[in-house]
Amino acid sequence: MDVEKQATLAVKSAEDIVRIRREVRSWAVESKFSLVDQTKIVTAASEIARNTLDYGGGGQLALEKVRQGERRGLRLTFSDQGPGIPDIQRALTDGYTSGSGLGLGLSGSKRLCNEFYLESKPGVGTTVTLIRWK
Amino acid sequence: MPTKKATTIPTLVAAHGKQLLESWLGLQKDSSLVASGAVDTATLHNYSERFLSEFHKALASGRLDAIGGADWAGVREFLSDFSRGMAQHGLTPSQIATFVFSLKQPLFALLSHEFKSDAQRLSEELWQATLLIDSLGLYTSEAFQKSREEVIIRQQEEMLELSTPVVELWEGIVAVPLIGTLDSERTQVVMESLLQHIVTTGAEIAIIDITGVPTVDTLVAQHLIKTVAAARLMGADCIISGIRPQIAQTIVHLGVELSVTSKATMADALQLALRRIGKTVVDRKTPQAASPAE
Repeated sequence: MDVEKQATLAVKSAEDIVRIRREVRSWAVESKFSLVDQTKIVTAASEIARNTLDYGGGGQLALEKVRQGERRGLRLTFSDQGPGIPDIQRALTDGYTSGSGLGLGLSGSKRLCNEFYLESKPGVGTTVTLIRWK
Repeated sequence: MPTKKATTIPTLVAAHGKQLLESWLGLQKDSSLVASGAVDTATLHNYSERFLSEFHKALASGRLDAIGGADWAGVREFLSDFSRGMAQHGLTPSQIATFVFSLKQPLFALLSHEFKSDAQRLSEELWQATLLIDSLGLYTSEAFQKSREEVIIRQQEEMLELSTPVVELWEGIVAVPLIGTLDSERTQVVMESLLQHIVTTGAEIAIIDITGVPTVDTLVAQHLIKTVAAARLMGADCIISGIRPQIAQTIVHLGVELSVTSKATMADALQLALRRIGKTVVDRKTPQAASPAE
């Protein structure tokens, strides 16, 4: 997979989430995503960014414009050094939350993307990778 | 190395105040403050004179290392006013700080003239003067920053107010058009003012329009669900309007169930609301045309 453009954004405060949404949207527009696809990737980014902030204690987002053969897309990698997710299977279940949300953020984002990878080690941190192809 | 001997900067400035002002003004003639057109020479003269007089007063206290102290309150106040005024003219922090930094040259000239034969003493005095002017220069930048932050905070508060107008569309129908990012604080304000309006107007139907909300994620959805539930407890039914196609698809993929009546546009929502309270909108011609036939 080739990376054509790359940027790193901090996820440290609620304002950062707003900025991330704006940035992801402008990258999606630039990559000529359809309106629906733009909305999907922006919404997924907003979900995971909020998880990174609320549950991971803040972290960062690596935003990349990628190409694989003829396919082009956006890859978003959120990483934090937070407490980690003890039971990934459970965290990906609709309606389960360890906080006070709806429990749909992770599973919902997974459905909004083409590829979704979640790596987490308790006590080390969590990395969530989202890819949306055009 | 801190000097043991009392610094002579205060005495020098007191004795050569006029000379200092003149050479300082001479230097500033070509500065970017004047070049940018933000201040004319007379105003600059006025500013410089005021700064030097406050500077002189503060120096008399002998506390050159503590510009945060009470002795320097006058200087600080002047610098705050100055940077705020200059910022309004669109000057950059570095242009503003240069006003203070440019005092170095005439001040150093005074010092080197005074201690021509005492290199050791001269370097000590120069060091003191540098520290002092630097900290005053940096203070203007801080003041600049602070005035900017005040503007931002004020705008945020104004936006909070602006973004939550609850309007009465008909007797018994209120509507709130939501615009922009729905963070927790704003949603709280929206919810409160909507519930308040339901109480004061006795509305049975509340329309929440989300045409202006760019992203509906699970947090926004949760806020909406809570608002709807609270309104229901107050005896009002909610209709959510302005759900655009892309938002609808995203909500479905997220798996969020908005168990509330929703309509694509505010107009549709109003029509439904009118029907619910037993009103119908009819063409003006129809009843007139119908009556003679009866």
